[in-house]
Amino acid sequence: MAWDEASVAERARAFLAAHDPAAMDRLEFLRARFDAGLAWVHFPEGLGGLGAPRELQAVADRELKGTPDNQPGRIGIGLGMAAPTILAFGTEEQKKRFLRPLWTGEEVWCQLFSEPGAGSDLATLATRAVREGDEWVVDGQKVWTSSAHTARWGILVARTDPGVPKHRGLTYFVCDMHAPGVEVRPLRQITGEAEFNEVFLTGVRLPDSLRLGEVGDGWRVAQTTLMNERVAIGGTPSRRTMMGVVAETWRSRPELRTHDLHQRLLRLWVDSEVMRLTAVRLREQLAAGHPGPEGSGMKLAFARLHQELSGIEVEMLREDGLAYDDWTFRRPDKVDFIGREAGYRYLRAKGNSIEGGTSEILRNIIAERVLGLPAEPRADKDVAWKDLPR
Amino acid sequence: MTLLYTEVEEELRAAVRDLLADKCSPSAVLDRAESGTPYDAELWKALARDIGVAGLLIPEELGGSASHHGGASAREAAVVLEELGRAVAPVPFLSSAVLATQALLTAGGDVAAELLGRLAAGEATAALAVSFAASPYAPPAPVATLGEDGTVTGTVTGVIGAEVADVLLVPVRLAQGTGLCAVEASPEVRVTPVTSLDLTRPIATVSFAAAPARIVARADGLEVPWVWEALARGAGLLASEQLGVAEWCLTTTVAYVKERRQFARPVGSFQAVKHRLADLWLEVVGARAAARNAAARLAEAPAAGPLGDDAAVAVAVAQAHCGAVAVHAAEECVQLHGGIGMTWEHPAHLYLKRAKADQIALGTPGDHREALAGPADLPAPA
Repeated sequence: MAWDEASVAERARAFLAAHDPAAMDRLEFLRARFDAGLAWVHFPEGLGGLGAPRELQAVADRELKGTPDNQPGRIGIGLGMAAPTILAFGTEEQKKRFLRPLWTGEEVWCQLFSEPGAGSDLATLATRAVREGDEWVVDGQKVWTSSAHTARWGILVARTDPGVPKHRGLTYFVCDMHAPGVEVRPLRQITGEAEFNEVFLTGVRLPDSLRLGEVGDGWRVAQTTLMNERVAIGGTPSRRTMMGVVAETWRSRPELRTHDLHQRLLRLWVDSEVMRLTAVRLREQLAAGHPGPEGSGMKLAFARLHQELSGIEVEMLREDGLAYDDWTFRRPDKVDFIGREAGYRYLRAKGNSIEGGTSEILRNIIAERVLGLPAEPRADKDVAWKDLPR
Repeated sequence: MTLLYTEVEEELRAAVRDLLADKCSPSAVLDRAESGTPYDAELWKALARDIGVAGLLIPEELGGSASHHGGASAREAAVVLEELGRAVAPVPFLSSAVLATQALLTAGGDVAAELLGRLAAGEATAALAVSFAASPYAPPAPVATLGEDGTVTGTVTGVIGAEVADVLLVPVRLAQGTGLCAVEASPEVRVTPVTSLDLTRPIATVSFAAAPARIVARADGLEVPWVWEALARGAGLLASEQLGVAEWCLTTTVAYVKERRQFARPVGSFQAVKHRLADLWLEVVGARAAARNAAARLAEAPAAGPLGDDAAVAVAVAQAHCGAVAVHAAEECVQLHGGIGMTWEHPAHLYLKRAKADQIALGTPGDHREALAGPADLPAPA
């Protein structure tokens, strides 16, 4: 059937009538919601969805407002990156096995992509997976892995053929984070806390049934994950913006105001407003069925704005800017820009132009894919990965 | 309200673009810039009469095509300005069909209605005798006076479009209060061209020596509502011209760096070059959103009378952003063209000069930013 707003709302109400969240275990309720196709309505029937247009999810969410949710902030990597990749490349068995506990939050996911030697040049990664019968033996080191310490599964890209050029020798796996040989160490960062981990993989044995996509096709599978990551990082509108936070300080602390700061703040207010209008126009284009290339620029603009605003805030605070709220080495569940103080915001915003594709890489993407400029000549194009200079 | 372009707007754009492609090539514009007649009367006639751009802001009942029921509006005028900016077309659209027209719409009355009818039909061209550098946030007090004999005397500097104006609209001091007068071109009106930074929209000094005039409107106090309304709305639409200028500069530069080879490769393959163009592209994307927003808000505002807060903010944001983007785009265009960008032969300089003049026109980006302190609730230091 063709779903519309009324029929999705009707299905959600019928579901709620049959499942009283107050009388049910939270997880049982979430599983039932998944089985009713109301988890992500654009997914296929039987996999938590209805095969409905993506925008109708808002209807289901509205009808189910106030019922227990799956704490999306805690399982963002599963929802935003693993799920679309599994849906696109997984076998029927893999989809059945992974998607339901992923969505309910019973199983947390992490992303095992970046390595100490492979950041922007992800395709040069060195973690090896060697086939032994029905198993793959994985050795290597991954880094910048958020949630690795709570994760049940990881999405992993490893090199299965060093004898071909770098993009061709990769294979995509689901990594069992409970397998022997997986060691997770927190990676303390600039803010004092550890959102991320280093993951050491030593002789980790993964059954071939955990391979996602064809052997050697890992780069193409990873592209699906990465595209979804940039959408997730660049496109999330938050209720309170960095501009709002800085403006509040400006309003409540008149003694901090200077003419120089005023000029700079007005400039950033205009930039914020222009970014907001750009996002509005982008959404209109998407709704009209003409997705524009503007999306690839949003993360770039967002990173710059966040960094400049958070920088101006610390400077504006003068003596208070000399203090820092907490250097304690802890593992936060999620990034909380607003709940902490200016110094934290300033330091954490530095990551905005690095994580999920550096601003430099994004500029290359815009220049080459949107403006059609030629790529830099490449030294690594037709060379087997094992023969690349290191 | 949409920030996209409607089909009607795209059709209008295509008509204007076709005409400009035919009659307004960069080399033709450059040749004209050094001739004695900087404005292209024939091109203007084709635009005003054949395509009907002169009446886009003028209500249907006065002979134009504007209406709140699906007729033309500031949105269409903005699209025309994008195309005129893209071609640095030397026509008096902004001076006559936007600034002078808006002053008459605000003034109202019989004289204004008669003049608007002539403007809409393309029978006459008007100019607002106010400095192009005037800011809507500090509109200049009238410098001309209306004598008891009904003639206007005084000198106004920095006026655009005066050379080709059949009618000059000049704010005047009255014995009591201020007024807006309509002065037909006559021997008592002397227009002296000024050697101008912008070759494609030069300024002039306009001297009135007891020139016969009709009073269009009067105001009691010292305020000059016709002037600031024209400047504010003109500023909002100027953002679309700046968008057009910036787009030409970006497109032309991208094409050039794909062709130009140094070190045995296209210079556009160097990250030092492509990153600058990626940043510029992002600025232009923002400029389009801001300019469209200003046009859409102006289209929703009443044809005359003070702008509401939303429209005023939209205008200020668009000017604060687009004014700087056009200049940046033109500067990058010159720099990334290298030596050829510094020559008189290449049209890049026409765009740089237009962009720089536009940055000063109708309030600088800084003027517009400061005007946002109130609406943004970011009060200045004590």
